[in-house]
Amino acid sequence: MTTLAEYRASRELLGNLTQRELRGKYKRSALGWAWSLINPLALALMFTFVFGVVFQARLAPVGNTDLEGITAYPLFLLCGLLPWAFLANGVNGGIGALVANSNLVKKVYFPREILLGANTLALLVSLLIEMSVLGVALLLFGNIWLQFLPLILVVIALQSVFVTGIGLLLSALNVYFRDVQHFVGIGLQLWFYATPVIYPITLLDNIADREFLGISLLTFYKLNPMTAFVEMYHQMLFFLQWPDWELFLYATFCSFAMLAFGLYVFKKLEPRFAEEL
Amino acid sequence: MTALVSTARTAGKDRGTAVRVEGVSKRFRLYQERNQTLKAAMMRGGRATYEDFWALRDVSFEIPTGGVFGLIGQNGSGKSTLLKCMARILTPDEGRITVDGKISALLELGAGFHQELSGRENVYLNGSILGLTRKEIDRKFDEIVDFAGLDHFIDTPVKNYSSGMYVRLGFSVAINVDPDVLLVDEVLAVGDEAFQRKCDEKFADLRDAGKTIVVVSHSLSTVRTMCDEAAWLEHGVVKEIGVPGLLIEKYVENTHVERVAAEHGGSQWGSGEARVEKVELLDEHGAPVLRVRAGAPATLRFHYQTQGPIVKPVFGFGIHRIDGTHATGVNSRETIVPDRIEGTGHVDFAMASLPLVQGSYDVTVAVVDDSNLHTFDYRTKALRFDVGSGRPREAEGVFAIDGRWSFED
Repeated sequence: MTTLAEYRASRELLGNLTQRELRGKYKRSALGWAWSLINPLALALMFTFVFGVVFQARLAPVGNTDLEGITAYPLFLLCGLLPWAFLANGVNGGIGALVANSNLVKKVYFPREILLGANTLALLVSLLIEMSVLGVALLLFGNIWLQFLPLILVVIALQSVFVTGIGLLLSALNVYFRDVQHFVGIGLQLWFYATPVIYPITLLDNIADREFLGISLLTFYKLNPMTAFVEMYHQMLFFLQWPDWELFLYATFCSFAMLAFGLYVFKKLEPRFAEEL
Repeated sequence: MTALVSTARTAGKDRGTAVRVEGVSKRFRLYQERNQTLKAAMMRGGRATYEDFWALRDVSFEIPTGGVFGLIGQNGSGKSTLLKCMARILTPDEGRITVDGKISALLELGAGFHQELSGRENVYLNGSILGLTRKEIDRKFDEIVDFAGLDHFIDTPVKNYSSGMYVRLGFSVAINVDPDVLLVDEVLAVGDEAFQRKCDEKFADLRDAGKTIVVVSHSLSTVRTMCDEAAWLEHGVVKEIGVPGLLIEKYVENTHVERVAAEHGGSQWGSGEARVEKVELLDEHGAPVLRVRAGAPATLRFHYQTQGPIVKPVFGFGIHRIDGTHATGVNSRETIVPDRIEGTGHVDFAMASLPLVQGSYDVTVAVVDDSNLHTFDYRTKALRFDVGSGRPREAEGVFAIDGRWSFED
């Protein structure tokens, strides 16, 4: 059983593995760290073109914001897209964390959870850089969101817990069933569209009166923890308002529940990792 | 592995226990069809077809603190599994292993190196994987690089390293972890001669510092020279524990492949008027054997058959180690040349003590005439025999030099 003392002793390892992820990621690429920004920007451009120009959709979100016109949608989009990319990359990287490091798992002992921690931390560093750039852009366009900074950081921390929990669960399962990674590919696509990233949640008001098993469809929709996260980012960064507290509580609950469940499954399957890999 | 000079054996008293193995069993699943896809799992109702294979069965023993402990056994005897259980890479299904102090395992060198990162970055990464703090690595960095002999290349990505450099750096990091218990699996033979010597010294240092080293090796001479104590595993069970010398003797005795007198791809040529039909090795009692102990009395017997009388034949033989090294070659010309032989008979070459060191050897035999111009028969690999350890118990090379040690103040 991994003890707390061991986790403490492994802090440096966590740091070094995170550095390895970060350094290895953009080594030998000319643009290097810029890729971390180019990817979401390209997506934002693409969605803006498809929905704003081709469909002429009225996506400009309404609310407590001074932003309008052509800049509003891409900025809105990025507020949700960056955290979404954090989740998606975290899940994709997490699934492979054990399999990709099988040489390590089979030859050296260390708390294996560290690999998932390093995966999340490396992506967290990218996220913070990306969010900083977005934050500056928002300020330049007149969205003064700075008062929400502490809470935004808390939400990011919560999301990291959530991502780590999923990573623990999926990486362990993937050791036994390699299809997990394929399922997850499809699952992430569905999940993306079921989360109000590219559209404002207000667009869903029209399904509020539709019911399934006597419960509003919107309620089902809001059970998605990522909805809570993305909504909070939208509310604070874009609409400049304090998030609904029930969203915050729900996200907190989901994050720690996910971590506990992921850790439970991980620990259950851990003893045979070295021989199953 | 060159022999460690340090032969001082620590007394077995007053020592604690470094590793305690209690009733450890480890089961592996040998899958006939592996459910590595979910579809396969569902089609078989979640049940994969596998057989249980017990790599370790109720293994219990203690390794005392300080000194070198060896694990010997044939392939599949479970020794590496046991080592991995000690290193906590594998989890035993039953029983438990307690290790006193910090443990480090040399199972694969450079495991966890990142190809794109430089040697320097990898030292820090690998060091922390092995449990070193940044400060400790800072302190030992020069020593590590120096030990690996990589001063000029330390800032080069490791993917550009030669395999030797890669392994040396891996070894250097691992050995500098300064563990209380070091587990070593067959990785002793890395690098060139000079690096080998450095490794040997490092092991000797650790041992002198009262650390515990557990070695798994196929090289019996390594175990013999390095270890203070050894355990012999067979089919996942501890067969015996004891002093390496005696233990290895029993082990070799027990696992020795019975040699059948067979052709070993030798060739034969010559005019054929006289032929050596058979070569035999006789032990001290005159019984034909295929295995003798080093230093024991032995006789080589050459059975011949002629077509008609042969005048003044000379018998000669050579002994080669099976790797081809020519150990010796003698003939009967200078000592005794019979005037003539005819029909069947035999010639003996008796040795009061066989001077060969342990190993396997081939005998080449020839019958020529007195002038050495005419070869009646020449047979290579006419006999293959084994020499077991005997007197001396430890010897290297081809033949055991005869002599006597004495010591005066």
